[in-house]
Amino acid sequence: MKARLTKDARAALTRRGFLKASGALIVGFTLADTADVADAQFPGPVTLSPPLGQLDSWIAIGADGSITAYSGKEELGQGIATAQTQLVAEELSVAFSKVNLIYCDTAYTPDQAYTSGSQSHPANFNKSNLGQAAATAREALFRMAAEKLGVPASGLEAADGVITARQDNSKKVTYGELVGGKKFRLALDPKANRKDPGEWKVLGTPVPRPDLPEIMTGRFEFVHNVRVPGMLHGRVVRPPVVGARLMSVDEASIKDLPGVVKVVVKNDFVGVVAEKPWQAIQAAAKLKVEWSAGTGLPKQASFPEYLRGRPTRDTFLLDSGDVDQKMKTAATVVKATYFHPYQMHGSVGSSCAVADVRGDSATIWSPTQAVWYQKTTCAMVLGIKADNIRVIFRRGSGCYGLNGADTVTYDAAVLSQAVGKAVRVQLSRKDEMAWENYGNAFLMDERAGLDASGNIVAWDHEAWTPGLGNRPGTGSPGNVITGMLLGFAPDSFVPRTPAPAPAGFNNNSNGMPSYVAGKIGGTSKNTGAVTSERVLVHNVVSPFWTGPLRSPARLQNTFAHESFMDELAAKVKADPGEYRVRHLSDPRLREMVQTAAKAAKWDARPSPNPGRKRAGVVSGRGMACVAYERDNGYAAMVVEIEVNQDTGKVTVKRIVVSNDCGPISNPDGLRNQLEGGALQGISRALGEEVTWDDQKVTSVDWRTYHTLPVGMEIPKIECVLVNRPDEEATGAGETSITIAPAALGNAIFDATGVRLRQIPFTPERIKAALAARVLRQQLLRRAFGGAGDGVPAGGGLSHDGRHVVAQHVAFGGQFRDCVSNLFQIRVTAGIPLGDREARVVCLLAGFAGEGEG
Amino acid sequence: MSTIHLKVNGESHNLDLDPATPLLYALSDDLALRGPKFGCGLGQCGACTVIVKGQAIRSCITPVSTVQDTEITTLEGLGTPERPHPIQQAFIDEGAAQCGFCMSGVMLTAKALVEKVPHPSEQLIEQALSGVLCRCFTHTRMMTAIRRYAAGGVK
Repeated sequence: MKARLTKDARAALTRRGFLKASGALIVGFTLADTADVADAQFPGPVTLSPPLGQLDSWIAIGADGSITAYSGKEELGQGIATAQTQLVAEELSVAFSKVNLIYCDTAYTPDQAYTSGSQSHPANFNKSNLGQAAATAREALFRMAAEKLGVPASGLEAADGVITARQDNSKKVTYGELVGGKKFRLALDPKANRKDPGEWKVLGTPVPRPDLPEIMTGRFEFVHNVRVPGMLHGRVVRPPVVGARLMSVDEASIKDLPGVVKVVVKNDFVGVVAEKPWQAIQAAAKLKVEWSAGTGLPKQASFPEYLRGRPTRDTFLLDSGDVDQKMKTAATVVKATYFHPYQMHGSVGSSCAVADVRGDSATIWSPTQAVWYQKTTCAMVLGIKADNIRVIFRRGSGCYGLNGADTVTYDAAVLSQAVGKAVRVQLSRKDEMAWENYGNAFLMDERAGLDASGNIVAWDHEAWTPGLGNRPGTGSPGNVITGMLLGFAPDSFVPRTPAPAPAGFNNNSNGMPSYVAGKIGGTSKNTGAVTSERVLVHNVVSPFWTGPLRSPARLQNTFAHESFMDELAAKVKADPGEYRVRHLSDPRLREMVQTAAKAAKWDARPSPNPGRKRAGVVSGRGMACVAYERDNGYAAMVVEIEVNQDTGKVTVKRIVVSNDCGPISNPDGLRNQLEGGALQGISRALGEEVTWDDQKVTSVDWRTYHTLPVGMEIPKIECVLVNRPDEEATGAGETSITIAPAALGNAIFDATGVRLRQIPFTPERIKAALAARVLRQQLLRRAFGGAGDGVPAGGGLSHDGRHVVAQHVAFGGQFRDCVSNLFQIRVTAGIPLGDREARVVCLLAGFAGEGEG
Repeated sequence: MSTIHLKVNGESHNLDLDPATPLLYALSDDLALRGPKFGCGLGQCGACTVIVKGQAIRSCITPVSTVQDTEITTLEGLGTPERPHPIQQAFIDEGAAQCGFCMSGVMLTAKALVEKVPHPSEQLIEQALSGVLCRCFTHTRMMTAIRRYAAGGVK
């Protein structure tokens, strides 16, 4: 059953030695159980990763013709291993099953940094790296065959690992006969011809993922299932509150517990090693540890305002210099403030790693997104040479970005070093959730100037976002909790005001709305038509750890941009689809909007839905679109929903996603990503929010952090895949999630006339907003005698005064928080407000002129 | 510590364990099974699900002493990669996974339901899976696979 390593392989674990000793690479290596690899560890220094520019780093052909491909992009569940295998099979004209893909093992595979950021498809499927290596190999094989058969390469064809002369099929030679067991010794050829997508037989087809039978039958080895002979189990003890320092550890407090091997204390790091997992869990729970008081946390209810008051590091992404002037001369200026909370990765399995540190060498099994960076930072944590560490990727639970994978790898390494044996650590649910690197909170002010025809003439976006730590990168283990506890500092924060002029075009964060031109250095590089544009970002220090969470910053910014675009369309009574297209200059993004609208049979009309009822269940539709990182994937989404106005419950009925990621490598894998991304985005928008009290995070399990279960009422999801074989391959794993929250919020507005500017859209918030709508109507009627629409803005109040109150309106408590209790009591008690009083309240609250009814 | 007798996937095991040890650790550590997994340790997510007496239970909060001598079925006990159980085949056919960590909760909960109610309504399926989490949100495909399995009848 098990594919064991050969004796030669055991003797020679450096990749070069491995190749030499075994004559060729051993197909099935990735099927080898962990214990087999563990038997063969510590062969001496592990060599550096093979160079990216060399063909032998990527492709090896065995004497039997077997093909092994090496990649630095790992399978996290997103299907990229299948697509990469298809890519190599296609370029080498063999069946999918003939290619064995090995990825992310520092002893064998090329260093491609992270598997993250929707970068695997562009990195390996365009004119470099894995795809280009396979093409280089094919051309080299054809050259060798031409020489051997005495037939020009142009007269040869390849199928199934055999190269045959077209005119004389008795003249043939196999790949194995040409290079079997030997190296190519060639540089990657950037000019090697790639297969024409029109001829693809393997790539571009819905090849099923080969790992599914093992997954579905409980045979697949996750990192959680790694078992090394003699392995012990560790458990960490994290501080009880944010900012607490270690005072003392009473080792005697667990001396009577069975199985305890060692209590490990290093700086503020505390952990326990035991023979069995349950023993370690009990020991960690019973260990008496004294901590200092915490540093305290800002109030969650007023966190957005807290962010505005912090020291900032300011960055201009765009500044055309004329925004304020354009706003002054605009026919109408619209403003709104949005808030996106901290959210967590919340992988279903808490993070886990296994480390075997012996003396000055280590073998580590980790679900990290960057085995090479884990190697260098683990070396810092352990105080041993990076070259003596081998990090082997093993799949963790989910991923979605920087979950606890890196921090738990340090936990395992430190505990293993302390006991000199292999140690497995899996975090508790609470330790995972309380200390992971959350997706950043974002506070976003949007402002747009409109001309008399309702067209956007200026757009101003200003965001505040708190950060602390990040991915550890090549040298910052202190960017995650374990590193910090061990005494490493997170990346430093240096305030900077004012922001320097934009250095160059960079919309990787989607900080620029799709509708602005992105003109820097005389060239417009973004997707929109609006040329008066400013995007200013204020980074501030976060009280919690932060790091990339699927569509980091891009989702938050897009939530604000695409909600605001919907507000602008409503303001000028335009159809939100048409209004988007009107302001887009990029044909691919325009086509996404049109494609999604067509597939959804979009009801083209202004929002909100004119026929909506004031009570009971109402329905609506919303739209959003994105050019992910400007040029790394294009998508649009239509969401159809129902809102129960009595309970505040939102039910998503249907989602239509259009997507363009260049050439489609595997349509089924793509659909899986789009479907999952859309629903994950809906879950994040409807319920997910990290909560805290004055000392600590309080969302520490699935009762206190709210995700949508498999048993939710699942919407119908339709994906429209637009294939563009002539374009570059782009990412596709983060497009649909990026636009789901805004499309959902826009649908809620369409259904109810209520605009939600704070995620998550909980039933409580929806009910509060609906209640505020009633009060608003009463006030507007009293103040202006009309229904509210078309009430003139302004009214003598200072801009700042309105702005402050309008912000409060945007968040949570809405009306209750912003308008004085007196007014509210009087309104709810039915005590009439004077005309002037009502007018002041309306203007303060920013109700007038919002175009909502 | 005491000797605990467990019957798992048709095989008998005598294990030297603290009787309060949650079943999950006996399965995943002592017996090195890969199906049931630690997700939360609180019975909130389903990753540790096994079937005992026809019920899908959460092994992370079930002391081993309470399931002695009763047949325990894990994901491995249903079928093999070569010969998957029909529900496993349905999930393979639908490509109903991304990372695949949550499969014990999803499949075993659905299987236990379909054994009790051969043709469950949509609402019953939703109810049964209301405490099962998949954070990759492969929900659509999972539901399709469950319907497909249920439509094909039990076993």
